[in-house]
This record gives sequence, structure tokens and C-alpha cells, in this order.
Amino acid sequence: MSRIEKKFLELKKSGRKGLITYIAAGDPDLSKTIDLVKSFEDAGVDFVELGIPFSDPLADGAVNQMAADRALKSGTTLKKIFAAVIEIRKSVHLPIIFFTYLNPILKYGLENFAREAAQAGVDGVLALDLPPEESDEYKKLMNKHHLDTIFLVTPTSSIHRMKLIASKATGFIYCVSRTGVTGMQQEISKEVPSLIKRIKSVSDLPVAIGFGVSNGEQVRQLSKYADAVVVGSAIVKKIEENVSRSHLLGEVTNFVRDLAVGLHG
Amino acid sequence: MKCGLGGCLKKFKDRYPDREGHFASFGGRFAPETLMTALEELDLEYEKTKKDKGFQKLLDYYLKQFVGRPTPLYFAERLSKELDAKIYLKREDLCHTGAHKINNTLGQILLTQRMGKKRVIAETGAGQHGVATATVAALFGLKATVYMGCQDMERQALNVFRMRLLGTEVIPVKTGSCTLKDAINEAMRDWVTNVRTSHYILGSVAGPHPFPKIVRDFQRVIGREAREQIKKEEGRLPHFLVACVGGGSNSIGLFYEFLDDTSVKMIGVEAGGLGVETGQHAARFAGGSVGVFQGSRSFVLQNGEGQILTTHSVSAGLDYAGVGPEHSFLRECGRVEYENIKDDEALTAFSKLAHLEGIIPALESAHAIAYLFKMKKSQRKGKIFIVNLSGRGDKDVQVASQALNLKMNGNE
Repeated sequence: MSRIEKKFLELKKSGRKGLITYIAAGDPDLSKTIDLVKSFEDAGVDFVELGIPFSDPLADGAVNQMAADRALKSGTTLKKIFAAVIEIRKSVHLPIIFFTYLNPILKYGLENFAREAAQAGVDGVLALDLPPEESDEYKKLMNKHHLDTIFLVTPTSSIHRMKLIASKATGFIYCVSRTGVTGMQQEISKEVPSLIKRIKSVSDLPVAIGFGVSNGEQVRQLSKYADAVVVGSAIVKKIEENVSRSHLLGEVTNFVRDLAVGLHG
Repeated sequence: MKCGLGGCLKKFKDRYPDREGHFASFGGRFAPETLMTALEELDLEYEKTKKDKGFQKLLDYYLKQFVGRPTPLYFAERLSKELDAKIYLKREDLCHTGAHKINNTLGQILLTQRMGKKRVIAETGAGQHGVATATVAALFGLKATVYMGCQDMERQALNVFRMRLLGTEVIPVKTGSCTLKDAINEAMRDWVTNVRTSHYILGSVAGPHPFPKIVRDFQRVIGREAREQIKKEEGRLPHFLVACVGGGSNSIGLFYEFLDDTSVKMIGVEAGGLGVETGQHAARFAGGSVGVFQGSRSFVLQNGEGQILTTHSVSAGLDYAGVGPEHSFLRECGRVEYENIKDDEALTAFSKLAHLEGIIPALESAHAIAYLFKMKKSQRKGKIFIVNLSGRGDKDVQVASQALNLKMNGNE
């Protein structure tokens, strides 16, 4: 059983919902990423998503795009990210998921990427611009190295597509709460409950919901419907605001702790 | 023909792409899930539409009465003399709005109407696709938003004004290199957000399936006309076709109808910028490698980490890191050869055509003209060429006047 599956089982047994936090690896540099992930676990986060920075993140909003720019400027590469994950894994037990665009991992070589990611202690991968139709080789290699393959379902996915996605997904299904790129929003779309219901009708996998989740109230609200809630841009924004300040770690961790406390009590 | 596809291909027409948009190992549909249903619907609608005689009739009507097709195949006499060859120019610069781009935007706006969408989105580099989109949006009373890199807005200020005059919202893109690739990213983000109400009129044979197929099909009219015209003029097919390649829509438009005519050689001309060795260029085949970028698998300029590189060309329309997947395919099959031309060579050809023929070409098209001068004399002597004059150069006079040190005002 993968670390992701175990975590969801554990959550289910204790009647809790999971908190997934996203940051871009290397934003503002990799030593900060290591510190942030360590402190997230202590703050009550259940899963961490690490974004692999890409020059042309077309499914991301401005906040995540700027984070990727900061990460690339600080010299972040996949090799260095693997080294950072090895460092993180010395003390951190929560599941780690890579959130990436296809090209950087293709260039690295899918098999090399899968092997080294798994060896470093990564548990799953989500490739934003890789639909299930094009994923045969990718899925084979990731699963061979015991990495879960996570796919997106969106409000525009037909039931036919949901079934296709469910047939390729392992670990959990990532449900996008709205049509749009990553980023914060005021209100949660009214489509969410019925969307998750449709996903649950075609798959037994846990469902995490994300995109546009900005605050503790929205996390609580969404946790009623899904097994886990993802917060990304709102945390990245906190990093952006404190990027050159010495208390970056404290500020960001406090924000994340509030989200966790709000969810878990 | 060399070919890594398990057998040499002689027939290309209407065989590619496959149902998922693959041109052998190139192409495909690498898009965020939010767009997948829209891409599927677009493909279905397009395939239905293609067979609809009423649609074809309507498209033909507008191509003739609004765009001014067929465009002439002009025998460039003085240029031919200078080069000791027979040079014919396919005059896409005479299309309404000044470039071939409108062939595609017209087709896609009619598709948009059939899909019941009320708003269109587009990206633009040189501004020609933006103007062509703004024009057809005005023609049919649809709302249009065009994304344009702020660097391109500066060097193509005239086209920005034209789009705004036509009632289109032009949004400056200030991310990345502030050029075409960044405008495409922004247009995609808009489409991901407004996919239920908006259609994305992609301007080149790039992006996720079915765009490379749809745009190609709407541009095929260029080669269809040229093939008939040259047969009438010369009683035979040409020896060479030459066209510039940014994303690759004007070139594929010219080449396509000739693909199965094995005697016709085809040359696509990329932007060599300051020279491939300097890294300041947009020559994907000379300096790039295979990757997945903006929706499809093709050649792309990238570093060792798979990050997309910024590009350079004096011509905004060729200043793009990727290239349409069908071009990668045609190159792999050995059917089309790709060369590159530097900024200064293109600028020389720009003036040369103006002096010799009274035609100011777009800087993009000047790359194709420049290649004629670069070819070995022995290779071109007495041969028949069709060069795609994909656009006119009015938009480029400011950039060219700076580069060529000509004064736009004053007595000189």
C-alpha cells in the first residue's frame, strides 16, 4: 500500500479530512522549501504538493507563475529538488506529491525521473498537461516505481472522461473546483457537491478538491464533500509577501497551522 | 526519402493526423483537463462541418467577396532576372487585412457561430492574426479579446491600433519574454476559465489537437490555388516551394496540396535571428529538440532542464520557441527541408523586394525571399519557384527603418 493510500485510510478511520498544501519547490530557494515542508508536518498538514517549476505554466494563475519564476531564478533543477526531498525525508513522514508540467520530466527521461523521485521519497505525481489519453507510457513507468499517478477531473469533464480518468488514476483523484487556472477566489462554485458525487459514482478512490481555495472557511466548507482539500495559491501568496523577510517561515507556517486547526479542530 | 516511420512515405495528403491528432510521434493533445472536452467537441464539430456543403459555400463566399481570393500568383520579373530563375510570388499579402491569417480566422469564426459561442479569444505575435481575428469578429458581431506580448505591442504598434479600432480588446502580456509564447499561455488561461462561452481561435498550426489540423485545412486554399495557377502559367509544377516558418501556418498552407507531388521540393525558412550559434534565434530545427510545449509534441527550443528558452527574431511572427507538429513530421520524413535566415539577411531581402518589385513584404515573408538569395546559384538556375509572400510589410516599416537606418521623417 502506498503512503498516500495509507494516509487516506488513516484519515478515514479517524473520521477526519485531509489538508494538502502546495508550494513551488525552490520558492524562494530550496533550503526554504525544506524548512517549510518540515514545519508543515508539525503544523498539522496531511500531504504536501511540490510544484516543479516550469517556464510556461499555462494552467496556473499569476501567483503560481511568479513562484515558478522565483524558483527558476534561484537555480532550482529537478536534480536539486530530488536532493531536497531526500533531505526532507530524513524527518518528514507525510506523503509528498509532485505537481508538474510534462516537459521538464520528459527532458529528464520519464524512467530516470520515476526512479529517482521514488528513491528520494516522493509518493505520487500529477502532470497538469498530460491527459489520460497520452499517459500510457508515463503511467507504466510511474507505477513501476510505485509512484501514484494522480489525474485531474474538472467541472467540464464528461462522465465518459471521468471513467477514463478513474481507470488511470491511483492514490486519489484531484477534483478542480471550477473552470479556470490555479488561484484564489471569493466564493466556492455551487457545482462542487454534484461534481464530487459524479466522481464518486465512477471511482472508489479518495477525492481531493482544489483550485481557488483561499481560506480556512472555504477549507471547512469543502471538506464536507471531499476527502481532502488542497490549498495552493493562498500559501504561495504568503511566501510572495514575505519573500525577503526573515520571518517568512513563521508567517507561512502560522497561516498553514490556522488552516489545519480550522479543519481538524 | 529517409524516414524513421517503418517505411518510406510517398503519400501524405489526408492521411495525417490520426484520430488523436498524432503525426507519427508528433502532435497529440497535451492540454489541461478543463480543455479536453472543449477540444473533443471542437474536433467533432469541425469534422461534421467539413462535410457540410452549405458551410463550404459560405466560407467560399466570404473568401471571395470579403478576403479577395483567389490571390494572384505573380511572376516577379526583375527578381527572376536578378536570381537567374523563375520566381512566382503567391500574393497572400493582398488578402484583406494584409496576410494569410484571415483564411483561418474566417473559417474558425464560422465554426464558432455553429458552436453557439459568442466570444472569441486569440493570441498574436506580429499582430496579423490579432487583426484578422478582430476583423472577422467585427464582421459577425462577436466579442473578441486578443492577448499580445508587451514587447510585440511596441514593435507592432500599428496593428494594436487596428485591432482596437475594430472593437477588439487587446490585453498586454507582461510575463516571460513578453512575446508570442507568453501570449499563447495567457490566451489558454482565458480559455480554461471561459471555455463554456468562448472559442479560442488559435492562429497557427500549433497547440493541442485539433488545432494543427483545423488551421492547416483552412490554409490549404493557398496551395490549392497556387497549384492550379502555376499549371496554367507554366504548364507544369514548380521545382521549389519556399515559405517562412514561425508556427508554420502559411508554409503548411502552401505546401500541403503539393505534398504528394514528389518532384516538388519544399523549403521552410526559420528565423536565424543573430545566428544559431549565438543562441539569439528562433530556429527550432537547427537549435532545438523534441519536447511537449503548449499542447503538442514537436521540436522546441529548450534548455537541458526542459525549460523553454526565450527566442529572438527581428520578425515578431517568427519569434516563437515551438513549431507546428506536422512540420516536425514532414522533416522527419524528409519531405520538407528547413533552413534558417538571419535578421540582417531578411532585412536586405526586405529592401531588395521593395526596390526590385515595388512590393514591401512582411519581415516574416522576407525570410523566404532571403533564402532565394542564399541558395547556391547552380541550385536555382533556370528553376521555377513559388514563394509564399505571406504578408505585407506596412506593419514593419518602423522596425525596418530603425534597423536599416532609414529616416521616416525629414529630407533624407
